[in-house]
Amino acid sequence: MKTLEELKVIREAMQGEVALRSHGDASSKYERHVLVCGGTGCTSSGSSKIIEALETELKNKGLTEKVQIVKTGCFGLCALGPIMIVYPEGSFYSMVKHEDIPKIVEEHLICGNPVKELLYDETVSGDEIKALQDTAFYKKQHRVALRNCGVINPENIEEYIGENGYQALAKVLTEMTPDEVIQTILDSGLRGRGGGGFPTGVKWKLARNIVKDADQKYVCCNADEGDPGAFMDRSVLEGDPHVVLEAMAIAGYAIGATQGYIYVRAEYPIAVQRLEIAIKQAREYGLLGKNIFGTDFSFDIGLRLGAGAFVCGEETALMTSIEGNRGEPRPRPPFPAEKGLFQKPTILNNVETYANIPQIILNGADWFASMGTEKSKGTKVFALGGKIHNTGLVEVPMGTTLRTVIEEIGGGIPNGKKFKAAQTGGPSGGCIPAEHMDIPIDYDNLISIGSMMGSGGLIVMDEDNCMVDIAKFFLEFTVDESCGKCTPCRIGTKRMYEMLDKITRGQGTLEDIDKLEELCYYIKQNSLCGLGQTAPNPVLSTLRYFRDEYIAHVVDKKCPAGVCKHLLSFEIDTEKCKGCTMCARVCPAGAISGSVKQPHIINKDKCLKCGACIEKCKFGAITKK
Amino acid sequence: MSKNSTAVPFNGTSAQKEELLKVIAEKKNDKGALMPVLQKAQDIYGYLPIEVQKIISDEMNIPLEKIYGVVTFYSQFSLNPKGKYKISVCLGTACYVKGSGDIYNKLQEKLGIESGGCTPDGKFSLEACRCIGACGLAPLLTVNDEVYGRLTVDDVDSILAKYAE
Repeated sequence: MKTLEELKVIREAMQGEVALRSHGDASSKYERHVLVCGGTGCTSSGSSKIIEALETELKNKGLTEKVQIVKTGCFGLCALGPIMIVYPEGSFYSMVKHEDIPKIVEEHLICGNPVKELLYDETVSGDEIKALQDTAFYKKQHRVALRNCGVINPENIEEYIGENGYQALAKVLTEMTPDEVIQTILDSGLRGRGGGGFPTGVKWKLARNIVKDADQKYVCCNADEGDPGAFMDRSVLEGDPHVVLEAMAIAGYAIGATQGYIYVRAEYPIAVQRLEIAIKQAREYGLLGKNIFGTDFSFDIGLRLGAGAFVCGEETALMTSIEGNRGEPRPRPPFPAEKGLFQKPTILNNVETYANIPQIILNGADWFASMGTEKSKGTKVFALGGKIHNTGLVEVPMGTTLRTVIEEIGGGIPNGKKFKAAQTGGPSGGCIPAEHMDIPIDYDNLISIGSMMGSGGLIVMDEDNCMVDIAKFFLEFTVDESCGKCTPCRIGTKRMYEMLDKITRGQGTLEDIDKLEELCYYIKQNSLCGLGQTAPNPVLSTLRYFRDEYIAHVVDKKCPAGVCKHLLSFEIDTEKCKGCTMCARVCPAGAISGSVKQPHIINKDKCLKCGACIEKCKFGAITKK
Repeated sequence: MSKNSTAVPFNGTSAQKEELLKVIAEKKNDKGALMPVLQKAQDIYGYLPIEVQKIISDEMNIPLEKIYGVVTFYSQFSLNPKGKYKISVCLGTACYVKGSGDIYNKLQEKLGIESGGCTPDGKFSLEACRCIGACGLAPLLTVNDEVYGRLTVDDVDSILAKYAE
């Protein structure tokens, strides 16, 4: 394929197919489509076995001509994986087991009656089956970046084309000048989704204009999603890889680059594989390569794998790594727009940022700017994790409150526990306490309360999580991931970790807390790159909102959440203890003594605080404080 | 992530070397080829001992100290051979708040090795990893490519038992 007409033919042929999945009156070759999630979450819980079982069963029943199996990307509700949806009904089967498949095939695919007891229970109310869009998890979501995830087969470029794929590229190449493209992105108000929130259009404009007559420029994609607990970029790459390729080509046209690189984490094998397939298909269809759509514009994309270094998510470190070096950041200026990859003008955007671009081109800047808050436009994808019912991916308009995301969409905290904090921004971000649950989420509001958007990881913590321990956890991460190039980060974070460790051991003093805070500001001001400049944030935000927990560790020598081992003391309630001797038998240190049918006691000097006795006690007589 | 070099002698075969030379010849002229070459080399040998780094250095005309610098910078490159069963425990935030730290400690205790180590019989190696992105299954660990999710400390014994014989 080379021409616009040919693209149109494919689009029209495929539109009937993909439309079956949004409204039932489509002209699909098949009666039904069965979509099975092939994202990392569902694959880990066994979705490939489901697909095998489906294939066998359809073959046995002679249904292969009538039912199409589509392996898609992530639907978002990872907690309920593996997930399967049957269209045109839109029946949502959750936690599917391969043993269930014969029943679903027989009753639903042959007789047309969805198997109610296997459907996601929120979609079933009495005799009625609700549409997925009406469930609490999906109702308040608005999908722009994730629009094709869980809808199309990411390994089939024609399904992407059927969803208006590569239409935006066609539009910019045939109807717009590079300056018009940049102006559209500027007007849309799109800001970088990787964390910093720098206006994307400004970045592009700089790269277009700052160096006149550059012989080569580059477009890079940051898919080195390093924040633990964030997986939105992975889901876009797994569920809709072509949107990234298309957007990078658009960026190439806008700034005048002919080569792109995607730097992706090697920890994401499925994403890497889907990208490889997507790049190959795009080249075969002439959507990457020389003279795209018969115009003068040529653009190609190479894939580079990371090797497990968090700092490579920083823009200059990422470029140094693509060049084949230790991924250490470089001082700025010069900024990448002037001297980036291989010393040439370069733009680097994150996956989710790119995923918005084709929609902005097709629907216009005003459409995008109509969503969100005054300074943060559009939507944002969050990866909900930790102590929350509906772990998974959600996309909401900017300005949605944390309460809506956690309580309504996320379904609240399990086991009747109390919300303590939400952590956003990963190791660069902070913890947001309950008192700020009603602040509309956008870039500026999160910074004003001491956290940051980051790439969109949102980890919920309940009363059982110790905030000093969480701060220590993040500092351990930063110490491990600091590249070592600049002193404030290399040595400073290590000293911070040591102080936190001392506090969690019950050896800290009030003076240590002051020193810790002072050191935070030094490191923030003096580190070379974003990693060091933001590394103290988890400590500063927990000091700001949970100082009482620090003080409890230092003054009372207690860990209020019962996490920090050294500060725990185990006790047996003599009234509850029946003298069954279970605890004494299981104690690895021989610290528990007592005779049969008499209350036992724990020798605190011998106790290792392993908790084995609590697990074994049937009477709930042992407590840790 | 331990970077200590190993006492295990290098047992590279000529078939492995041939494969590596082919990879190098293919990629040599690409810009920034060192990382992809190292990644392929690790696929071929399972790890990157100094002997393999020397071959790459000679063939690509890159100083050995630079190669060593790159290898030791990235946590996915290993100077040590890995066990037959590679256990990775996710210590990403979502898994950590759900107790993956306890699972990791239990494994260290059970196997008698620390992060980056390998049991003397070469059977198990243990490492911590940062978020494989299946946070819906937290806390989780992987053994080679098999994922075990929604774990409790008590599951550790039965998982190890699966690979015991």
